[in-house]
Amino acid sequence: MLPRPRIVRTRNGEIRLRLPAEERELLGGLPAQLRALLRDAPDDPALLRLFPPAYIEHPENESEYRRLMGDDLRERHLSALAVLEETAGTDRLTEEQAHGWLAALNDLRLVLGTRLDVGEEPIDHEDEDEGNTDLDNPEVAALALYHYLSWLQEQMVEALASSWRPVPDG
Amino acid sequence: MTLAPAEAEVEVDEPGTDEVAEPDRPWVVIVWNDPINLMSYVAFVFQKLFGYSKEKANKLMLDVHHKGRAVVSSGTRERAEMDVFRLHEHGLWATMQHDT
Repeated sequence: MLPRPRIVRTRNGEIRLRLPAEERELLGGLPAQLRALLRDAPDDPALLRLFPPAYIEHPENESEYRRLMGDDLRERHLSALAVLEETAGTDRLTEEQAHGWLAALNDLRLVLGTRLDVGEEPIDHEDEDEGNTDLDNPEVAALALYHYLSWLQEQMVEALASSWRPVPDG
Repeated sequence: MTLAPAEAEVEVDEPGTDEVAEPDRPWVVIVWNDPINLMSYVAFVFQKLFGYSKEKANKLMLDVHHKGRAVVSSGTRERAEMDVFRLHEHGLWATMQHDT
């Protein structure tokens, strides 16, 4: 049986979070972990996807872009993480907060996916099939988290993409 | 990661061929395929940032996915740089280069 969707756009246009307490706790705690990584290990290769190069053939242009825009880009990532952190316990999101969630979920997936070296092929589930669902194994836990965040992000895309239309009068 | 499109929409500049300033040539913004970003998310970002229709956004997303990359906008260097920044803000792998 498929689990119940966690993020839905209701008929009156609200974005509702239907998250169990343990998932709220998990989601509320992830931003601090990524923030710590950004602060303490800004050169960690797992962060590369949050700061892609703008110019691939012009090192000078690239360093100028990095100098001018790097701090702003970092601030945008941090601000999305703050939205997720501050609203993980709420039941309703504004559109703006929902966009923050979307960006934060994506940033977390980019870092996790880079760490896990996610490839173009579907991730091998052999370990899980063999019953290796030991979440004490860091890689198994990270992969499970990656899939969970992907599942949530799909729901947020769907909720945001479904535009609210008021019921016409009469 | 696929970086070898069979039918790229633009030719990649050879390094060093556009060192001479040619201010009239527009810049193009390219989004590259990557294995992490969700297809639905990429299409949604194109709609959100560029105001593209759902159909156009989906087509561009599929180009990225199947051909390895797609040109998503073009214009002055300043405009292209802002588009690249907004795409980076959304976690997409975007670069810019002179159109050929």
